Amino acid sequence: MSVKKILGDMDYGLAPESPEEVKKWLRQHNSSFGHFIGGNFTNPKNDFKSLNPSNGEVIASLSQASVKDVNNAVKMAKNAFKDWSETEPHQRAKVLYSIARLLQKNSRLFSVLETIDNGKPIRESRDIDIPLAQRHFYYHAGLAQIYKTKIRDMEPIGVCGQIIPWNFPLLMLAWKIAPALAAGNTVVLKPAEYTSLTALLFAEICIEAGVPNGVINIITGDGSVGEMIVGHPDIKKVAFTGSTEVGRIIRKSTAGTGKLLTLELGGKSPFIVFDDADLDSAVEGLVDAIWFNQGQVCCAGSRLLVHESIEEKLHKKIQNRMNKLRVGAPLDKSIDMGAIVDRSQLSKIKKLVSQTEGNVYHAKCELPKKGLYYRPTLITGLSPSDKLMQEEIFGPVLVSTTFRTPKEASDLANDTKYGLAASIWSENINLALGLAPKIKAGVIWVNGTNMFDAAIGFGGVKESGFGREGGWDGLKSYLKYSINFPKQKNNHLKSHSDKETFGLDRTAKLYIGGKQTRPDGGYSQKILDASKNLAGHVPSSNRKDIRNAVEAMNKASSWSNSSGHLRAQIIYFMAENLHARREEFEKRINQMSGRKDGKKEVELSIERLFTYAAWADKFDGTISGVPVRGVGLTMREAVGNIIVFCPPNEPLLSLISCIAPAIAMGNRITTISPFVASLTATDFYQILETSDIPPGVINILTGSHLELASSAASHMDVDSIWSFSEEEITKTIELEAAKNIKRTWCQKNIDWLDNRAAGEMFLDAATETKSIWIPYGEG
Amino acid sequence: MTTKSNQKLTLLPQAISARNTGVDLDLDWVSSIQANTSAIERRASSIGSRRSVKKQHQAAWLLQAIKCMDLTTLSGDDTIGRVKRLCAKAKTPISNALLKNLGLDDIKVGAVCVYHDMIEAAVAKLSGTGIPVAAVSTGFPAGLSPLPLRIAEIEYSVSAGASEIDIVISRRHVLTQNWKALYEEVQAFRKACGSAHIKTILATGELGTLRNVARASAVCMMAGADFIKTSTGKEPVNATLPVSLVMVRAIREYYEKTGYKIGYKPAGGISKAKDALTYLSLIKEELGDQWLNPELFRFGASSLLGDIERQLEHHITGAYSASYRHAMG
Repeated sequence: MSVKKILGDMDYGLAPESPEEVKKWLRQHNSSFGHFIGGNFTNPKNDFKSLNPSNGEVIASLSQASVKDVNNAVKMAKNAFKDWSETEPHQRAKVLYSIARLLQKNSRLFSVLETIDNGKPIRESRDIDIPLAQRHFYYHAGLAQIYKTKIRDMEPIGVCGQIIPWNFPLLMLAWKIAPALAAGNTVVLKPAEYTSLTALLFAEICIEAGVPNGVINIITGDGSVGEMIVGHPDIKKVAFTGSTEVGRIIRKSTAGTGKLLTLELGGKSPFIVFDDADLDSAVEGLVDAIWFNQGQVCCAGSRLLVHESIEEKLHKKIQNRMNKLRVGAPLDKSIDMGAIVDRSQLSKIKKLVSQTEGNVYHAKCELPKKGLYYRPTLITGLSPSDKLMQEEIFGPVLVSTTFRTPKEASDLANDTKYGLAASIWSENINLALGLAPKIKAGVIWVNGTNMFDAAIGFGGVKESGFGREGGWDGLKSYLKYSINFPKQKNNHLKSHSDKETFGLDRTAKLYIGGKQTRPDGGYSQKILDASKNLAGHVPSSNRKDIRNAVEAMNKASSWSNSSGHLRAQIIYFMAENLHARREEFEKRINQMSGRKDGKKEVELSIERLFTYAAWADKFDGTISGVPVRGVGLTMREAVGNIIVFCPPNEPLLSLISCIAPAIAMGNRITTISPFVASLTATDFYQILETSDIPPGVINILTGSHLELASSAASHMDVDSIWSFSEEEITKTIELEAAKNIKRTWCQKNIDWLDNRAAGEMFLDAATETKSIWIPYGEG
Repeated sequence: MTTKSNQKLTLLPQAISARNTGVDLDLDWVSSIQANTSAIERRASSIGSRRSVKKQHQAAWLLQAIKCMDLTTLSGDDTIGRVKRLCAKAKTPISNALLKNLGLDDIKVGAVCVYHDMIEAAVAKLSGTGIPVAAVSTGFPAGLSPLPLRIAEIEYSVSAGASEIDIVISRRHVLTQNWKALYEEVQAFRKACGSAHIKTILATGELGTLRNVARASAVCMMAGADFIKTSTGKEPVNATLPVSLVMVRAIREYYEKTGYKIGYKPAGGISKAKDALTYLSLIKEELGDQWLNPELFRFGASSLLGDIERQLEHHITGAYSASYRHAMG
């Protein structure tokens, strides 16, 4: 084309990034790859092909891991664990640093390979994915070096099975491997079958970086390989990023196995634009939100909520901007949107859009004739009930609806089963910062979107999963508490001399919503003391009592917004009131246990109340060193509604050890004491009644754990289940929790008398972190 | 003088679209304008990396940058000789040999920009070339001389043959949010310009915030500006991409509301060919292809041309060039 002609039309022309170096690398491997196990590549087996989604060409052939391969990989990782976990922090840091350096030195090779394999624009792999992956290893080299100075009583978990998606192949690998290794774990990682190549190139640099054999193992294949990893008994932790559907399957299949879990799942993240926002910047934010990586981003701002008064204006601006987007060959440096990763994904997007009743606007941009492309799309005129407002599309499709008030904006934002991220656009600091805590999501961006950094946690709430990646919280996801919990002593002595007879019958009830109530079923259970004498009757709760307790907790939701100071005062008051009636409780404990250590337990209980009253206004959030002018704020928020299955032993102390941290952090809690411990629990509500606890914040149930576990864990309005009960209910809880991906914490053998059982372990469980990005600055 | 300016009119905006008549000052509009600095900086920083122009296309784009250049000398030591030299360069910004190689016959810069006292020399030297002479005015660069003198200065320059007047606004009106005063000032300047085109220099480096830049841009356009321009080149900070993004978005908004296309001129600090490509890309993305010509877009630059010449030679020969191989301006 002549210069003269171009001068006339001022087109961009082509600016292709050269694939030559990648081709050379592929040739070196005959374009076929095995697995990376124990520091070596296995012989390639040519089981499936990796395709270039922009032109359908075969890039390489890959191997499908067999049972033997999986076993081998896990074995190698297991063998490597002891040495690696005991390796000096500085040595681990050096290895991670070396990986970071090598990623940087080979950055263009990784970028081009990623783009060829995945279809994302070279600009994104070059400017976003690969630099963020490097950053992750740098950051975690640092954490490996220093984390033990800050995190105590925690240790590496063991072999981690990591399963990652195809949307950010290398970046997700970095998010998984860097913290796992920094913490001292070894890994078996499976990249997505569509996009395995950068993981295999990464395996090569691991050899160069001096990663000890077996510390990182990478095996390829489809979902069945993932299943084998998840199911392997020597895998102690599973970290998964992908769909909520598969996350749920993993939650179920690991139920009751004791495997730890991090799930980073789907989303339908709101993008909220107020009338006082810088609208042009908000529109540009949408480009980064939904037309980034072809919209195949779990935290994509895919649900536009626009202030009604600016709806038309904003939609017009969005449409104009969409028409400027360039869709095409991903290796072209002037491309905004590349190819959809796979034909099946493209069909799914097309099908979902074809079913909508909204007004569909496709960008008027040119599409290449060949390859898997889809136009940037805006669908307006939808109401919250429309399928496309609820379901994740995972493509470049933005759906839109309107709101009138900030309250309505947050209500709409939360009207979803997901809770991954949200963007808020407003020039009013009160409005934006006030809304951030109200939106149920793991990440909030104020006047920005899709900002990521290794220094701050990323992850969801609700059905977007649990666990955090990035920052100190992300590292903790790869550590477990190392407090050595001794086996419990047998607390039920056979003989007892200090008998007591009842002068007047005292009726134990349930305590729900601040009221003593009879159990819905109308059944009670006789409770015998240690001497087999009748100590009283306690209610047998059923599922309706759980329902009522959850409703009471919902009504008490304002407790989460109360100040730490207020919560501390109430907990101190509880301690005061318990102290006033300590003898009664001592007596009861002694009566039921047949021992004489009730006094000690009551004293410890009062101390524990003091401990958590102290924490109520001191378990602070953090400001992380994210690379923006502004703050990356990590707030600790209440998890929400917690149901606890209390243990049979130390009935008062264990009850208080659960209640106090939960309410100190702003949760509402329902405890279910087993019959053997129940009279102490029902005595305790009298303390609650005199301690200014708002109704519904604490609810006390008694009943059979086996009968109640399923109802509690399957309740959609319960955010977390803790169980310190018999191990046999763990599986039920974890299985049922999969229904809405609620958090669970099932821990046996806590020594409640040990003061180390009070503190961060409980506070962590009682809080959810929310990362809030607040870029600031003017002039 | 008058015949010359008539000749030049063919190059000016009204030739391709109606000249901005201005609109009533709309304070609701002004106060609704927002500019989020961080978000604007993020967008600005990705403009250069989202688009890449290579080979023939790059050569063509660089030639376009030359066509959109206000070749400028605004120094206290300017002389007639210096201005004549600059005008010669304006007529032949790149060597004929390079031009021939690129398959073009002729190329010239957008305008020559000088102080008032140099207008006549420039007009004489550029006679018959169609290259307009722009004059900085109204007490440039600070704009703090008496208003009647500033208005008279415009009239002097127009009658000396300048067909474009680059005025400076009173920054204090922006800093005190006295939009009415700013509006009236620019209106008065516009009136004094007559048929000559008025470029309003905002001196963005002295306006404090991008929000002020956005609002001042809107007020200048409402008052009848033909172009809005970033800076005098004398402020500590001159044209930047974030400032440019704000100003071109203001232009887009004004166009959408009134139908008038206003030109944009970033000035000062743009000295590399690569920067010029980024600016052109910014205009193409935010305003569209119709703005990519000297009628609606100008670079105010003095050293940019030299770098472009070297890049063009490199494009043709494949060897990196040296500045001494290109004629001085």
